[in-house]
Amino acid sequence: MSEPAPQSDRIPSIALRAPAPANAAAPLSPTRIDVRNVNAFYGAKQALFDVNLHIPDNAVTAFIGASGCGKSTLLRCLNRMNDTIPGARVDGQILMDGVDINSADIDAVSVRTRIGMVFQKPSPFPMSIYDNIAYGPRTHKLTSSKAELDELVERSLRRAALWEEAKDRLDKSGLGLSGGQQQRLCIARALAVSPAVILMDEPCSALDPVATAHIEQLIEDIRKHTCIVIVTHSMAQAARISQITAFFNMGQLIESAPTADLFTAPKLEQTQDYITGRFG
Amino acid sequence: MMETTAAKSLIGTRKPHLADTSFHISLFVAGAIVVVVLASILLIMFLGGRQAFETFGIGFIWSTEWNPVTSIYGALPAITGTLITALLAIVIAWPIGFGIAFFLTEICPRALRAPLGIAIELLAAIPSIVYGMWGFFVLAPFMSESVQPWLTEVFAWIPPLGDSFFWFSAPPLGVGLMTASLVLAVMILPFIAATTRDVMLSTPQLLKDGAYAMGATRWESLTGVVIPAVRGSLFGAVFLGLGRALGETMAVVFVIGNATRMPDSLYAPSASIASVVANNFPEAETGSIQLAALLGLGFILFVVSFGVLALARLLLRQERMA
Repeated sequence: MSEPAPQSDRIPSIALRAPAPANAAAPLSPTRIDVRNVNAFYGAKQALFDVNLHIPDNAVTAFIGASGCGKSTLLRCLNRMNDTIPGARVDGQILMDGVDINSADIDAVSVRTRIGMVFQKPSPFPMSIYDNIAYGPRTHKLTSSKAELDELVERSLRRAALWEEAKDRLDKSGLGLSGGQQQRLCIARALAVSPAVILMDEPCSALDPVATAHIEQLIEDIRKHTCIVIVTHSMAQAARISQITAFFNMGQLIESAPTADLFTAPKLEQTQDYITGRFG
Repeated sequence: MMETTAAKSLIGTRKPHLADTSFHISLFVAGAIVVVVLASILLIMFLGGRQAFETFGIGFIWSTEWNPVTSIYGALPAITGTLITALLAIVIAWPIGFGIAFFLTEICPRALRAPLGIAIELLAAIPSIVYGMWGFFVLAPFMSESVQPWLTEVFAWIPPLGDSFFWFSAPPLGVGLMTASLVLAVMILPFIAATTRDVMLSTPQLLKDGAYAMGATRWESLTGVVIPAVRGSLFGAVFLGLGRALGETMAVVFVIGNATRMPDSLYAPSASIASVVANNFPEAETGSIQLAALLGLGFILFVVSFGVLALARLLLRQERMA
């Protein structure tokens, strides 16, 4: 899709520290998703107010904010998962590569094949590891032979850093893996259909620190070829892995900026209060 | 170490807790009753039917003649009637029950869900004798006048099974195997629908969301992810219905025709184990071979039903281990 990001762009993946200046200076890739004046409603309740945001390609964009601030709602707007919730409604435009994903002639199902999603709780399907990965390619008939599918499964597992652990048990249930492995399985499953964007809804909140470190390393590797949007409750995580951070409060996008800038020199007092823990 | 005064005050406080002990014992008794009742019923059926097994040998099970006049008793006609009606009822009720359940959980507008759910539960609340009367006065004439002649016309080409079972090529009598199966199907439908609905409602939303997020349609998510995940429980729903159909008596007596001989078509008046026992029990004299044969039939039904349930359990367990 595009050339790998320069090495200087790399952030140490475990320790919480102020991002290196190189990170802030790195030029960002062009916008992949353009969110324009988005309002979202659940029934009569408005969950998002006039959100405008550019989400760049080949980068990690983190959504932070307190519970109920709308960050997960926006994430679920991006692949039209809100369509599955009765009474949910979205106004405004969400352009992916210039095309409004909500326009009348676009099928939500085809949007979701371009935009993968990883959930807070690992959600492997109750089938073998192989079948989990093969689910997307089979559903969308991406491969024409068994050998091709085998190769795609291996490639996806390798990209998700799960191949070494899983290669001898591909026919065993995905539910037999540990929590962290299950989450990597879900990431591999999403990668198998080569999505342009991967959305992650607090992917590490059910995992221990070691598994979290694995996933963060993985995110750092994947984002070189993919646009990643991650919702996280951990500001440390946002600082470690993202290039852009967007801070939400009460359904509004308060501030979005390159991660280094937002955490070291936020423009608004409200952001300052939140990232320093003085939040209401 | 020195014992402090506070610690010393604990010494000698141990005393029997009467309420606890008696509660413990009564719970133990409650648990034991189940096993005792089950074992004693099985034993009584077996002892009562032993004479039949002694007289006719193990061939009692597959002997095809049931003749109270000559005192020759074979169980196969009743067993055949039972199995055919129960299986046919499942074949009819299973797809409809699944359809109802999937409609309720996936498609039905929210406002309609509760009323429809209640309607299904009411179907289960109708006493079986009412089903029997409805079957006899409404369904049987309708079958005899409209459905069976039509089925004969359409399916007459099907070759007979062996040289004695002619499927749909028979006089349309109304009462018989097919009508009994239909009544049974209506009776077990609510069980299958309600159990399937509960299974579908208990599947985690995360599983569906996971499939949707992979770009699966509603159909693909249902057939590719959700149903495989709960396959065992769905079979459990079917076996629950099968177990009920096997033992159902009153409604079947009304519509099966009560002819204890091997059926020669799906329209044939026949008999099930339960209907044979219900029809003949009042006349069977104490100590007679007829009574023994009826109790022997009861024993067989017990074993078959038990086997069906055990199979259902086994399926569910395999599911969990996988």
